[in-house]
Amino acid sequence: MKRTIKLRINGSEHELAVPANALLLDVLRNDLHLVGTKRGCDMGTCGCCNIIIDGRAVNSCLVLAFDVEGRDIQTIEGVTASADDDSIHPLQEAWAECGGSQCGFCAAGFIMTVHALLENEPQPNRAGIAEALGGNVCRCTGYKKILDAVELAAGRMAATT
Amino acid sequence: MARHPHDPKNQKQGLIGQPVPLIDARRKSTGQAVYTDDIKLPGMLVGKILRSPHPHAMIRSIDTRAAEALPGVHAVLTGQEAPNRFGVLPVSQDETALAVDRVRFVGDGVAAVAADDEATALEALSLINVDYEPIRAFLKIEESLEEVPDELKLHTKTVGNTNIHKQVQQDFGDVDGAIDAAKWSKRQRFLFPGVTHAFTEPLCTIAHWNADDRLTIWSAQQVPHYLHRALATVLEIPMHRIRVVRPTVGGGFGGKSDPFPHEMVCALLTRKCRRPVRILFDREEVFYNNHGRHPSKIEIALAIDADHKISGLDIDALIDGGAWGSFGVVTTYYNGVLANGPYRLPSFRYRGRRVYSNRPPSGAMRGHGAVNTRFAYEILLDEAAHDLGEDPADFRIKNALSSYTKTINEFRITTNGIVECIERACDASGWKDKKGKLPFGEGIGIAGGFYISGSALPIWWDDIPQSTVHLKIDYDGGVTIHSLAAEIGQGSDTMLAQITADVLGLSIDFCRVLTEDSDTAPIDLGSYSSRVTFMAGNAVRRAAEDMRRRIIQGAADVSGYPTELLVMEDEHVVSVADPNVRIPYLNAVRRAMKDVGALVTTGCYSSAPPMGGKHKGAAAGLSPTYSFQAFVVQTKVDLLSGKPRVTEVWAAHDCGRALNPLAVEAQIEGCVHMGLGQVLCETMDYHKGNLENPNLLDYRTLSPSETPNIHPILVETLDPEGPYGAKECGEGPLLPVLPATANAIWDAIGERFYVLPITADKIYRALLKQKKQGRYGKRPFSDQSEKSPAR
Repeated sequence: MKRTIKLRINGSEHELAVPANALLLDVLRNDLHLVGTKRGCDMGTCGCCNIIIDGRAVNSCLVLAFDVEGRDIQTIEGVTASADDDSIHPLQEAWAECGGSQCGFCAAGFIMTVHALLENEPQPNRAGIAEALGGNVCRCTGYKKILDAVELAAGRMAATT
Repeated sequence: MARHPHDPKNQKQGLIGQPVPLIDARRKSTGQAVYTDDIKLPGMLVGKILRSPHPHAMIRSIDTRAAEALPGVHAVLTGQEAPNRFGVLPVSQDETALAVDRVRFVGDGVAAVAADDEATALEALSLINVDYEPIRAFLKIEESLEEVPDELKLHTKTVGNTNIHKQVQQDFGDVDGAIDAAKWSKRQRFLFPGVTHAFTEPLCTIAHWNADDRLTIWSAQQVPHYLHRALATVLEIPMHRIRVVRPTVGGGFGGKSDPFPHEMVCALLTRKCRRPVRILFDREEVFYNNHGRHPSKIEIALAIDADHKISGLDIDALIDGGAWGSFGVVTTYYNGVLANGPYRLPSFRYRGRRVYSNRPPSGAMRGHGAVNTRFAYEILLDEAAHDLGEDPADFRIKNALSSYTKTINEFRITTNGIVECIERACDASGWKDKKGKLPFGEGIGIAGGFYISGSALPIWWDDIPQSTVHLKIDYDGGVTIHSLAAEIGQGSDTMLAQITADVLGLSIDFCRVLTEDSDTAPIDLGSYSSRVTFMAGNAVRRAAEDMRRRIIQGAADVSGYPTELLVMEDEHVVSVADPNVRIPYLNAVRRAMKDVGALVTTGCYSSAPPMGGKHKGAAAGLSPTYSFQAFVVQTKVDLLSGKPRVTEVWAAHDCGRALNPLAVEAQIEGCVHMGLGQVLCETMDYHKGNLENPNLLDYRTLSPSETPNIHPILVETLDPEGPYGAKECGEGPLLPVLPATANAIWDAIGERFYVLPITADKIYRALLKQKKQGRYGKRPFSDQSEKSPAR
């Protein structure tokens, strides 16, 4: 059974017909071609598919598209320097600079998790960052350069606000 | 907004040795990098594989009629249609696209379909009727040693009538004599469960047999060239009609370095239906595909003579290869031969046996073949040091192999930074102030390591260079780098660009690295055995130096100055004699193009023979150079729960030269993560051939909060044959992590663990026993001062 739903993603409205059991992850990747959000584990354990819904980081593989109608959804494609500046976000910049990604497959999920974290807590300490990232798996970095990147970005963002 | 370090304004020429962010880092942090599953082709079908529920069974028949009749199904495939065998090693061609007459593990592919969508594909699989006859499964490593009738052999080519896949024996010097005459000796068994790569990107392959009768395959691969060869074998078509594309790869660690059955299946399905087909694994399939580190039982004996020198090492490794050969013959050798460093061995004996079993295949994983033996060896060294009243660090220095020497099994050692690694790790960690002096429950440990920097001999013994790189410069001045060296996150694309830019005196943004496509890239053997920086790095340097000669000739033609005085720097060709001579790069390039068009150069690398001995297996572990490492690990054991926690790791690694310190540190840190995972929590648990934890929740890896402070220490010994002196840094740094951690746990609580992983429950039980025996809370080396007052 398909039903037409409206999704607000990265500030744009999308109207599309999806089946009742469609996962938000599949709708993002397959219907909307927002492939920056990755499928890693199919069961909410790796965080590669993390996106932000109403300010909270969420595993998009555990969410039905039907359930998020009318909610504010943000994916990695919607992360920019600011609402009216489409250049790269300081978090993404720091990620590149510090070596936050190696293979890069987990990067979008991590950045979405951190993005939501920094909205609520602009200056978290290192242990706090690590704890917030408990639902994200990276097998390349040993997490060190990821934590470096978050600290660098948070510092820079705090300095400019 | 901070200026980006890629901004040419931020970079001077002379890029070697500078921390350069990976050139694809922004693409990756913005979600723009394209992985295989991100590619959508028009009319693309979903491919799915039906998998065996039995660990070992004969296939009596397969009925696919109902699946073929299902609307939306475009192709159905069984193993009988593609019986050609393949495998990564020429000596172990024992895999087929799908099971032909028997299944060998739970998860083995039996049949496959291509359908309009996933739901249809899954329904089609459910309609395939396979008649299995379950037979005796070999699920314990010892069972595979038994003599069995032919029908119970997993493969025809085994040792005698057993399921032993490969047996090797090496014997140098008088090991028995050394043990008999030893001041200290011990024989100990160690047990290592299997662990797996758990890369974040699930395996994914897309194949399209197009109207031109050409096959294009996009696949998450570390070694596109071996996939290319295997496809030609299985499909019986010439290689030039196959194009292998490697999109961005989401982690490999050895787990994407075999040509895989699903890649063959994908190609066979598209040949049947002529539509693009995608096969994407779910996480459970990734676990069953495995190819991770072999479950191993290793018994080793170490002998120390009266001078406290190692006098003999005897290793007996029994490793579980699972259902297929994979890299296993190499693994069998590596478990022994890679113990020949970083310490001097006057006698060495090795027996290695790899068995086939009805478990998912084992294969190559970061630190391939060396990790488990290294653990066993370094634990016994630590025990010896303790019993002999030696400081474990000094004891290792005393026994260190020297530079420019030969090991007893005739490895050619060139540069060797083991002593500097030990000293610097000790200095940085405050070793002397901490060893044996921390409160009960806290400890510090050390271990060394040694690893190949590329295999001196290629897997297929033919005469082509191991790495070739092409460079092209056209009117725009950009440098296109063509290579098949597989970027899998380690930063090899950046390495290629960095060397090219350095030689040509350009900023790195002039370089465009195209390493994805076999149609355009010259052959490189790919990302395995830590070979890429050493081999492709040498190849690209040669190509760039040839390119520099051409451009300088162009500048000489423009300016009339002799080429001998011209160099390239800062996007100019300049005279070393006359600072007023500065010919802009583009002018020189365009002049050089005058009679030939685009400038095209090539460079290649082949390991220079002869090196190594003449004995059987002499080529295994032979490398043009070796990396060395020594790590100090500090740990804190929670005395209530037994939970061990590693707090600090001082990781000294001899990488020859750090071309890009940022990337070298990153490799070391990644190795620490993976090594700590194996020693503290990672394990593949089986019940009757079924993997019990085929997901990332139950297969526990280390979380961000459990990550210690990692202090990479880069030791640079400037290898004479490495590019700018570089050698590997991607695998060796994993080796010391495990034993250094176990040695630190011993320092903390006085307990040795010979079975991995060392989990809280094991420590808790050990502490409980200590309490019962009245030993709890005592330093393990309280009697050390009596034994060795000198220290």
